[in-house]
Amino acid sequence: MTDSNCWLLPEGIDEALPPLARKLEHYRRHLLDIYTAWGYELVMPPLIEYLESLLTGAAHDLSLHTFKLTDQLNGRLMGVRADMTPQVARIDAHRLKHSAPTRLCYMGSVLRTRPDGLAGSRAPLQIGAELYGHAGLASDLEILKLMLATLQACEIPSIHLDLGHVGIFRTLSTLARLDQPQEALLFELLQRKALPEIEEFLNAHDAAPQYRQALAALAQLNGDLDVLGEARAALPTEQPGIEAALRHLEATASALQTQHPDIGLHLDLAELRGYHYHTGLVFAAYTPGMGQEIARGGRYDAIGEVFGRARPAVGFSADLKTLAGLSPSTPPAPERIFAPCSDDPALTQTIATLRAQGMCIVHALAPGDTADALGCQRRLHQHNQQWIIADI
Amino acid sequence: MSTSTLVIALSKGRIYQDTLPLLAHAGIVPQDDPEKSRKLILDTNQPEVKLVVIRATDVPTYVQYGGADVGVAGKDVLMEHGGEGLYEPLDLRIARCRLMVAGRPGANDSNTRLRIATKFVNITRRYYAAQGKQVELIKLYGSMELAPLVGMADAIVDLVDTGNTLKANGLVPLEHIADISSRLIVNKASLKLHSQQIKTLIEQLRQAVAQQGP
Repeated sequence: MTDSNCWLLPEGIDEALPPLARKLEHYRRHLLDIYTAWGYELVMPPLIEYLESLLTGAAHDLSLHTFKLTDQLNGRLMGVRADMTPQVARIDAHRLKHSAPTRLCYMGSVLRTRPDGLAGSRAPLQIGAELYGHAGLASDLEILKLMLATLQACEIPSIHLDLGHVGIFRTLSTLARLDQPQEALLFELLQRKALPEIEEFLNAHDAAPQYRQALAALAQLNGDLDVLGEARAALPTEQPGIEAALRHLEATASALQTQHPDIGLHLDLAELRGYHYHTGLVFAAYTPGMGQEIARGGRYDAIGEVFGRARPAVGFSADLKTLAGLSPSTPPAPERIFAPCSDDPALTQTIATLRAQGMCIVHALAPGDTADALGCQRRLHQHNQQWIIADI
Repeated sequence: MSTSTLVIALSKGRIYQDTLPLLAHAGIVPQDDPEKSRKLILDTNQPEVKLVVIRATDVPTYVQYGGADVGVAGKDVLMEHGGEGLYEPLDLRIARCRLMVAGRPGANDSNTRLRIATKFVNITRRYYAAQGKQVELIKLYGSMELAPLVGMADAIVDLVDTGNTLKANGLVPLEHIADISSRLIVNKASLKLHSQQIKTLIEQLRQAVAQQGP
């Protein structure tokens, strides 16, 4: 790199300048206030920790995405967090040890080795909430509704929700006796809904025909709520795991329809986002004009096990930078008031009083400074020995 | 572009020509000819459906990031791209050919590290790694057949249709890597946001493919 382009930032690493930074901070505060109002307590996990705990249990997908470095104190490998969810799970399982349901929220920068999405960022500002200690519809719905509240707070114009359930594929995969490499291959094909390859794969496999047909049907079981009816016809519902998953999706969808009639609902039974650690409902939010999901989450009941305590868990997360980018409005900048360059004690006193009231006072450093150059809309003006706010 | 518009990405040439009859079956007929028009977004007889005609290797990128909702891309391009973030629900059975290793007869027998010229570097690396072989890759953008002739490579990995170009240059197909045809690809978010519209299109194209026979 030559000296002339030493200003260049690494790929996928960005910074926020005044209007955008103000917007990010506005939503950061606003969202954390909402989470507090819902009873979610803020945690601040460390930026960096040992790799074993960051990538633990279910989060092996994360390894490739995690920046690694050696702790020079003891030679152990550390990772810069690429996702805060495992950290928050560790906090719940090992540090807090509550037995009642625990509600935690978080917000912070994460680093990813590979850019995500279009002109992808490698440094998202992750925001999310997790609910531990309850398994079932009530906690799934609470997290879903909190995610919707998050998107609505950011004024995202049109929200579509995609629901899935990893229990269906997991049950079918066990019934069809797929071994691990086979399951991994079929999983990958399902993620691409590559029907020709899925048929080829299943034809070469010797599972019972009914399970092969059910697996083949999965890739097409997506659409509006009618999908649940189609699923009942195409899947072996006598299997408790499958029936339970379908009922759960049904209950979730109908509760959302009643309470959020403005949200577009979509079901996709082959959507297995985070299959390696999710254990039940999975969901993601989309908005027109964005080719990728804007928030995601799901149930992951086993993740705390390696930290000593498996608790039911459900949560969601999003990138605040993405949400702020989609939000159509920018919070207004505070009015800036110009204070002339003077060491009059009355002026010093007035500035202190106004600042204490939360007003924005820009004190000139030299007599040549003007209100205009400093971006001020009004100014402090001496009138009858008193400093008052006046138009420029 | 309005959010209810469906954008279909195609590549010029064979894929465009072979996709037109399939689209016609779905009731979609372009109003402009991409060979004559300078417009980048082509209108069709349906106001809600537009076509973009772009380079073949760009089709997955456009569809992945939502620049287009659906597209038609060769399996070779998808394998090289990785197909991440895309659905590929339908084999259109057009623009069919084979992806092969080719070279002078016996070029792949040697036990030394082979030098392979190709534009499909990811596919080639994966193909040889699966066989437990390490190879040197030379990335080229065209006229792969030339590389073995001038001693730049031992073999090439390329699409073979009739095999005439190979024959004319004293090369032979050596190993078959994959059968190639074009796939319909769909942006993940589009399928969820315009489920009905896109599923109908997929179904109509599926019928058109079935009618064209194997």
